[in-house]
Amino acid sequence: MTDVTDVTVLSGEANEHGYKPFSIGEFNFSRDEHFVHVTWPSGTHVTAAEPFLKALMRDVAWNFFYGTVNFDAVLGTTNHYGNVDLFAGRFNEAYRKAELDHMENFPHDEIKATFTAMLSDWTNATFDPFAAPMETGSAYGAKSGNNDAAVTRTRVTAKRMVGMPDDEPLRTDESGYPVNRAFHDVDQSQPVVEVEPGYENEVSAYNFFAYLSRSDVTWNPSVVSVCKDSLYCPTTEEFILPIIHGNDRVEWFIQLSDEIIWEVEDLKTGTPRAKVVMKAGDCASMPADIRHRGYSPKRSMLLVWENNSPAIPDMIARGEASVVPVKF
Amino acid sequence: MAEYQTVYGSLDNFTKGGVEVINDDPKNYVFSNMFDVASRSKPWEKVAIGKNLEYVVECIRAEGVSEWRVTPHDEFALVVDGEVVIDLIDPSSPLVDPDASGSRALAGEPEGKKMGRVTAGHGHMTLLPAGRCYRMSASSPSVVLLQTIHGPDTIERWAEICQKY
Ligand SMILES: [Fe+2]
Repeated sequence: MTDVTDVTVLSGEANEHGYKPFSIGEFNFSRDEHFVHVTWPSGTHVTAAEPFLKALMRDVAWNFFYGTVNFDAVLGTTNHYGNVDLFAGRFNEAYRKAELDHMENFPHDEIKATFTAMLSDWTNATFDPFAAPMETGSAYGAKSGNNDAAVTRTRVTAKRMVGMPDDEPLRTDESGYPVNRAFHDVDQSQPVVEVEPGYENEVSAYNFFAYLSRSDVTWNPSVVSVCKDSLYCPTTEEFILPIIHGNDRVEWFIQLSDEIIWEVEDLKTGTPRAKVVMKAGDCASMPADIRHRGYSPKRSMLLVWENNSPAIPDMIARGEASVVPVKF
Repeated sequence: MAEYQTVYGSLDNFTKGGVEVINDDPKNYVFSNMFDVASRSKPWEKVAIGKNLEYVVECIRAEGVSEWRVTPHDEFALVVDGEVVIDLIDPSSPLVDPDASGSRALAGEPEGKKMGRVTAGHGHMTLLPAGRCYRMSASSPSVVLLQTIHGPDTIERWAEICQKY
């Protein structure tokens, strides 16, 4: 995570519902018992507090992720790795035609600090934006406490592989990661690892499915293994991906258990392009010119596979890399 | 409360989803199924099911005993069906350029120190460390997903494995 320092967050007095308003550039954000209201010079937007906070949680925890994080069909951010666009209607054909769209660019630290403060102030004690619907209380109502313990969780990022010495630890009951209610049938046995003296830092294996079965969050890809810029970012999924992800590079999905249905839209306009139904063992790419949102009927194991190379967005812009991974 | 059942695929039992086109070409999604691929592979063929520039995810049908291989960079082997035993050797002299991509086959067992052995079952992930040699064996047909870089033995047969229409 990037540390955010020396940044002023613009917020005001709490309103009658107990929530502070926030502003950044010409965007203003406020919330009431049910809704979040956003204004910018050429328009306004209203959205329910729960989906907004779930999207905001991912944007903050992922440091704006790869490419575009659409909160919904209107609002979102695009990561330029060091600075971030905040937009309304920018990737919505109707808003563009009506010239109601608006976009401003902010230094990473400024928007990160603003979003982090907003997430903290607007999340009540009962609500966990990372949790599946059946595992959290309500996001709605007047301000009531906070859940900073939940909203400050970040992505796990292993340096080489989970479970290795000096790397991300395995999850256990003792470390506060019990097996999720939907994964009680996932085998918890560990591989048999026989190591000759002196090779303790190289001979290593772990039960990756058991590790995933103990994830306490949904829709939060976390790095478990690193081959140069090739990152395995598995995640457990239940209900609906809280954002519509518009990638700036090709992304791959490998469905390890159960099923996810992906809705795919054009990146810039939001026009529907395809539905991708992925069952256990299925493998599919998401092209770099689309945006996608997943629906997971039962908590499932999804391996998100990313190429972390910082050169890719420019390579695609210059036409040196294709928006699809393979032509056949 | 109903007990949930986690559904995995296997060589013996898998169901494919697919791309339902609205306004698109299904080939854009390079859609395949690892168990479908492995069920039609020869033992130890390294068939790419995912590719992102130089990086690949290979689907390997593990059956019998593999050749010894040396990898110039870390690779990660995930057993997605069956059980695979992985033996590791630290070669007495370097056998591959550390800047090379993908693992190389070796002629016979390399000279060097035995590092250890991993017996990896369903869902287990094993590090295949950079510069070291490994051999896999599986007493019954199993499937390994390998996180690696495109190398001399990577097989690309997209038109045979992917949804086209
Ligand atoms: Fe995505």
